[in-house]
Amino acid sequence: MAEARRRRDPSYVKLPLIAATFGILGVLIILPLYQVFAQAFGNGVAAYWSKLTDSPETRHAIFLTLMVAPTAVMLNTVFGTIAAYTIARFRFPGRTVLVSLIDLPFSVSPVVAGLVLVLLYGKNAAVGGWLFEWGYQVIFAPPGLVLATAFVTFPFVVRELIPVLEANGAEEELAARSLGASGRQMFFAVTLPNIKWGLLYGVILCNARAMGEFGAIYVVSGRITGQTDTMPLRIEKLYQEYDTTGAMAIASLLTFLSLVTLALKAWLETKLRR
Amino acid sequence: MAVGMKKALPGYRLGLGMTTAFLGLIVLLPLAAGAAKAFELSPSEFLAAVWTPRTVAAYKLTLWTSFAAASINVVLGLTVAWTLVRYDFPGRKILDALVDIPFALPTAVAGLIYANLYIADGPVGRLLMPMTGEIAYTPAGIVLVLIFTGFPFVVRSVQPVLEDLDAEMEEAAMILGASPLQNFMRVILPNLIAPTLTGFTLALARSVGEYGSVIFISTNRPYEMEIAPVLIVARLEEYAYREAAAVAVVLLAVSFVLLIAINLLERRSRRHG
Repeated sequence: MAEARRRRDPSYVKLPLIAATFGILGVLIILPLYQVFAQAFGNGVAAYWSKLTDSPETRHAIFLTLMVAPTAVMLNTVFGTIAAYTIARFRFPGRTVLVSLIDLPFSVSPVVAGLVLVLLYGKNAAVGGWLFEWGYQVIFAPPGLVLATAFVTFPFVVRELIPVLEANGAEEELAARSLGASGRQMFFAVTLPNIKWGLLYGVILCNARAMGEFGAIYVVSGRITGQTDTMPLRIEKLYQEYDTTGAMAIASLLTFLSLVTLALKAWLETKLRR
Repeated sequence: MAVGMKKALPGYRLGLGMTTAFLGLIVLLPLAAGAAKAFELSPSEFLAAVWTPRTVAAYKLTLWTSFAAASINVVLGLTVAWTLVRYDFPGRKILDALVDIPFALPTAVAGLIYANLYIADGPVGRLLMPMTGEIAYTPAGIVLVLIFTGFPFVVRSVQPVLEDLDAEMEEAAMILGASPLQNFMRVILPNLIAPTLTGFTLALARSVGEYGSVIFISTNRPYEMEIAPVLIVARLEEYAYREAAAVAVVLLAVSFVLLIAINLLERRSRRHG
């Protein structure tokens, strides 16, 4: 990398390109980041705080996002780790198909994800109707939000872990087994510690996406104010009601979160490169 | 890592069982239910649902805005990747980290801010108004947010290839008398084609399904400013589930074609890399 940077292009090539890069990132990314905080804090910190905390609907939306996103992330962490272990450590018929199927959510429109969940878990659909008879409502209720978020973010953890597991190889795990470790001991004492940074990386990316998920949740939530609105849905509703400052206040929270995510990601990348 | 490891390492059956069960419940069975719903329609009803003036207008708008945004991102992405890899300048590392903002920022937040900036009396919209007219609530606004959401793809596809380009290869070309332009055209450019196409296709695939950021900056009016995902939501809100599913099948088909293209491109660039 350093070597590449030492190559000298003439300055009449170099300087305009550097200026263009500042221009592109300035307009596309830095200006919007500045704008969200400028708008949110435009009337002072007190006004900002009251925008976030005065309305029970906004408070509930924040609460709901803080419940739904971690639940979906936890599901994807557990099952994503299991899936990655299975795919990296075993060879079986249909393995490549399974890998492609795991990637599928990345290429499905979030709206389509939400729609197909409604068509299976809705009150009038096959599985949803059955669950409803047992007293469980999935769609237009928090479980549906968790499902939709889990659908959209499932690939993050798996995709991060498969290459890490493959790079580590199975030797340590095999050694643990031959020394008499049980499957559980091997997994928690050998497998998991070896992948912890990769796992954390996947979890952080998964969480960022989960907190901000919009399209799939828009469809499955029914957008019931004060009941199934998450932070991103609340932003849209406030925007429709011409309360731009209120929308910007919530948006600034999510923006702050994504900046923290990027900082953590950069820090983890130095750990992973080691 | 042979098949024999199934005996040496524990958890094969349990792992495979739990993986397929989870994937089945949250992804595969719902997708199957969606397809089943669409095919409750007879072939002629299906055609009637997916091919009306309104749906065709939605496909057209979705495709051309996605193509335009992905194409612009090729130019922007190559410029940024080239600069970040080859030059050292103050602020380079921060700019490099900021490239990922569109991946980390919720799409609704992006849509909100862009609409706020580019409406006629917004801070940027006001400046551009005399030259371009209003950008928000026109297709140009849709292209703009799609540029934002797809921006990192080309940069991140091209960057590693540029970093790995052999400096010696370039030097050899120079020593053998190649001009900088020849060097760029013959040595560097051929290596960038595959990763650029990969980034382009990834951005395109992302844009075709994008919803959250677009609805803020679009009027979402049928026939004029309605992208395909908005149309699906509209059908759903009319309780026209089968028709919604039929349009979703079309959108899924487009995604799969793009997915296959991405896989082929990635395989190609790995072979050359």
